[in-house]
Amino acid sequence: MHHVVSSAHILAQESDSWINTDTFIDLFWANTIGGLEYGSIYALIALGYTLVYGVLKLLNFAHSEVFIYGAYATWFTFFLLGFRPGPTPELATGELIAFLLLAVVVAMLVSGTTALVLERVAYRPLRNRGAPRLAFLITAIGASLVLQQILFLWRGGNAEQAIRLLRPETLFTVGSASIQNLTIIIVVASILMWLVADTFVNRTRFGRGIRAVAQDPETATLMGVNKERIIMLTFVVGGLLAGAAALFYMMKIPQGAQYNGGFLLGIKAFAAAVLGGIGNLRGALLGGLLLGVIENHGQALFGGEWRDVVAFVLLVLVLMFRPTGILGESLGKARV
Amino acid sequence: MTTTKTPSTAKPPTAPWRTSISERWNNLSRFQQWVILIPVVVLIFALPWLNPPILTTEPGYDFSIAMFDVARYCLIAIGLNVVVGQAGLLDLGYVGFFAIGAYVAALFTSPDSTLWKIPYLAAVPLAMAITMVFGIILGSPTLRLRGDYLAIVTLGFGEMVRLFADNVDALRGNRGFSNIGAPPGTRENGEPLFVNFDGKPWYVLCVAVIIIVLILAGNLERSRVGRAWVAIRDDEDAAELMGVPTFKFKIWAFVIGAAIGGLSGALYAGQQGFMNNQKFDVLTSVLFLAAVILGGSGNKVGVLLGAFVVAYVPLRFLSIAEWKFMIFGVALTILMIFRPQGLLGARQRLLAYGRQAYQRLVGRGEMVSSDTAMSAEKGGLMNGGSGAPK
Repeated sequence: MHHVVSSAHILAQESDSWINTDTFIDLFWANTIGGLEYGSIYALIALGYTLVYGVLKLLNFAHSEVFIYGAYATWFTFFLLGFRPGPTPELATGELIAFLLLAVVVAMLVSGTTALVLERVAYRPLRNRGAPRLAFLITAIGASLVLQQILFLWRGGNAEQAIRLLRPETLFTVGSASIQNLTIIIVVASILMWLVADTFVNRTRFGRGIRAVAQDPETATLMGVNKERIIMLTFVVGGLLAGAAALFYMMKIPQGAQYNGGFLLGIKAFAAAVLGGIGNLRGALLGGLLLGVIENHGQALFGGEWRDVVAFVLLVLVLMFRPTGILGESLGKARV
Repeated sequence: MTTTKTPSTAKPPTAPWRTSISERWNNLSRFQQWVILIPVVVLIFALPWLNPPILTTEPGYDFSIAMFDVARYCLIAIGLNVVVGQAGLLDLGYVGFFAIGAYVAALFTSPDSTLWKIPYLAAVPLAMAITMVFGIILGSPTLRLRGDYLAIVTLGFGEMVRLFADNVDALRGNRGFSNIGAPPGTRENGEPLFVNFDGKPWYVLCVAVIIIVLILAGNLERSRVGRAWVAIRDDEDAAELMGVPTFKFKIWAFVIGAAIGGLSGALYAGQQGFMNNQKFDVLTSVLFLAAVILGGSGNKVGVLLGAFVVAYVPLRFLSIAEWKFMIFGVALTILMIFRPQGLLGARQRLLAYGRQAYQRLVGRGEMVSSDTAMSAEKGGLMNGGSGAPK
């Protein structure tokens, strides 16, 4: 993620003052739109954190690896379809849509499977043994390390070379912002994915199970909810969303498939989840979008090298002043 | 907080041989314990000169420097153990404190820095003081909240320290600081005693520091503070109800841990003689954590053992060095399932002067043991009824 330098940064670089208000004002709309783009990716990853946290009260550190497995899956799908690093190929719209859909399905399956395996292999034995909280956190860290090292030992430390299917093109401009085809696809598709997830949790039978277990696991079990199955389902849903986020991320940053590339995104997505209110699906969306926008403006104000610090400072500020987040923590709260 | 499952499910059986060793050890008088300890300590001090054939890391890696690395990890593990093992707080950004300690030592002793210079031995306590301040800054917003938030905030903190090292001009990024100071002293031939290519004096210094820190940490552990930590670790709500000011003691644990991290960082900077932004990634933090958890968090002998394994094995067997993160990651995961208390579990002595009292009462050494941080049952993760979220 540190390698990502947006156009805003290049413009912001040449300035003597510590805070760059001129850039901030000049590029306000560009940064806001660009922030929404990143933000919707954060939001999708944050959903995974939020769901697992809501149900298990577990901070799933390995979720960042679940996401990066999706990014690798995307890259390999492109590669196996015959695309190679280099110039963007000319594709018919139908073909392009088919390839992207295939990639998103593969990425979602890979991430979902990773999340499922993680739950079965690492967390479930701990639950069966009634392990303490600290043990779960340490397992999460250990599992995250293992998943990361598998990629490292297999593919090495360097990022996979960029494969781009869709050339970013400016469709129209709003103020200083140029709206690209990529922007629209990422933001719209992410919000659609979020809507599906929200409907799933709030309107379906399985979703009711998830909310029931989040609210009170014991009572839910007594009422005939299969707790273990709900937990599995929660991990899988989180994984699927992370896989979708991975495709959008790879469209935005094609050189993003790196073994430790999930780490910073994971922290940011978690910060987004806390910002919106962890355990709360709407909070994840709001927090993700807000974080993306704030981060971009922070970059314009303080310079690109401080981009990653913004999310962290924001996280600490939220924890200091409003630890329940903007919308509060409410996955368990029954809604009609 | 009612628990339907009995804690005994989480508490694994103690190995009989270990019970007998620790029991026998506790049955000895203080004098007898010292009689055994002193030769062991002398032997440990002499290790780099002995350079025992099987233990040696040569020709791949200079043995005296390897031993210094091991000692450094031991010191780090003791510091992190105060936070993780004794107070039960998960600190994933320990490398941040280590880095701050190293940078303070570099900033105040290296000719590359524009700050005024002070002797190395004065820079070390300064490094500790500054890391303590950072510990307070980081701990005060997060320690009031759930433990998981501390984990992610410290994880982020470790990364932020690295980013600052990369991007703040005064910290010189990749160029780094050279000729970092060292303690005074000369050899017979007039050359300085503490040089970066000879690990022996640094090793001796580090082991001496470890012994001092062990004694201080041991005293702390047996004091009111230590008992408060155990109470917080085992059940924070109950501790709070009993009138333990949990926030205050958590801050203390965090800050003391930070200070020891800063101390080891300053020692490391001195030994290396050169410091740049390349050595402080998050993986190192996880390695530090692995050292504490593998050996047995909460148990001083255990964490020393864990630190030895984590630091020594990759240096001794260079062929598996590339695999070390994988190996320790797998080890952490498996250990949490099958032996959550680590290789040697915690043995918290609850009574400050309990030894004699217990001996008079039962006629043998005290075996007052508390559950370890790992086997204490805490709610929230669906282990039977406890901690249902609102």
